[in-house]
Amino acid sequence: MNTGKQILALLKKDLLLERRQQHTLYGILLYIVSTIYVIYLTLDDPDAATWNAIFWITQLFICINAVAKSFLQEAKGRMLYYYTITSPIAFILSKLLYNAILMIAMSIINLMIYTAMLGNPTANFLSYSAIGILGGCGLGIIFTMLAAIASKALQQASLMAILGFPLILPQLMILVRLSKTALGEIFRNGIPLQMISLLLAFDILIIILSVILFPFLWKD
Amino acid sequence: MRFTWWKLLSIALLLYAVIGGLLLPVPELTQLGETIRNLYFHVCMWFAMMILFTISIIHSIKYLNNKRAVHDIKSKEYAAVGSYLGILGYATGAIWASYTWADPNNPAYASFGSIMREPKLIGAALALLVYGAYFILRNSITDIDQKARVSAVYNIFAYAMLFPTIWIIPRLLPSLHPGQEGNPALNFNDIDARMRIVFYPAVMGWTLLGVWIASLKIRLEILKEKKFSNE
Repeated sequence: MNTGKQILALLKKDLLLERRQQHTLYGILLYIVSTIYVIYLTLDDPDAATWNAIFWITQLFICINAVAKSFLQEAKGRMLYYYTITSPIAFILSKLLYNAILMIAMSIINLMIYTAMLGNPTANFLSYSAIGILGGCGLGIIFTMLAAIASKALQQASLMAILGFPLILPQLMILVRLSKTALGEIFRNGIPLQMISLLLAFDILIIILSVILFPFLWKD
Repeated sequence: MRFTWWKLLSIALLLYAVIGGLLLPVPELTQLGETIRNLYFHVCMWFAMMILFTISIIHSIKYLNNKRAVHDIKSKEYAAVGSYLGILGYATGAIWASYTWADPNNPAYASFGSIMREPKLIGAALALLVYGAYFILRNSITDIDQKARVSAVYNIFAYAMLFPTIWIIPRLLPSLHPGQEGNPALNFNDIDARMRIVFYPAVMGWTLLGVWIASLKIRLEILKEKKFSNE
């Protein structure tokens, strides 16, 4: 089987698992709802800047929880099985793709519940949603590799946050700035486009690094 | 004791940096005054830190290539000494900022909140957080080979992410720190000729001192490994 087919097969397996083991999916959904509910009760009426900042923090925490399980759920024996049937590059690419898809879905759900509970100060909701989805996708990609690293260690979930926060910060800062365009702030011509291309460049960098480095993690 | 030429050179350069740095003439700038001499310590320590981190990553790559444990030890110790220099750089920077940036009408710590938003400080904080995470990752893996492999992967991954970050953040935020359009003191026009004759030797001196400390720690670590494997 060539690499493309392998990636699709692995992706299909992950999606199928999601359908069969629905408790994990519902777990994340419940996590989103309860996080936003806590924010809703502790924060009465946020101004636009606070609203934006808190939205990105919820995105970040949802991402850690959603992506963490993608490697933590793989038992040691099953990893050995993958080792015999597929290549590391196909495996990591399928995980990256799967987590990107998962985070797109989670970002949409987060956006819907968040705006329903905490109001909607955006000037252009469509472009805010697009930025939210792009950002969620990027977060999903970077935490995939970090989950792969953390899955080798003890106390995996907290380790993932420690490893990831300093690395995610620049992207998060760009995203917070960029999403201000959708909140009505005026930028100099071309700056938003520059920031979007910067984010995409980051994503490509992470994918390349993952493809180069994952084969070393893969062998036990 | 192995006393080679570069260790003597390190001592000589650092003596020159301290004595020359405190006595040789410097440009007179109203805001900075004599605090400009801190450049020989603060900026040089950052340079040395970056060089040591780079050496650390080179050893990580070497380890992934040939799986020899000595490269893992080297990579770890260079990262440790680099972090130490980073903390010293932070400390010298904090002293400098308290004389130049801090609001004289308030106590120095009251300006802390606004100073910490400095893009250069964010970059520095991120570098230290990343290497802090690196050491925690190392300690949370028990298997020696796996520890070496996984931490080498993280080291390379983090370093490759950190560099664009240090390049991007200063361009996103307004800053008081010199060197808005890049990294201060790297550019030849940034720095006065009178300061250059102390600055470059000082960078070399601090780097060599860092390498010296790291080499001692590496030898100690290798001896410990040998002792364990003989027991």
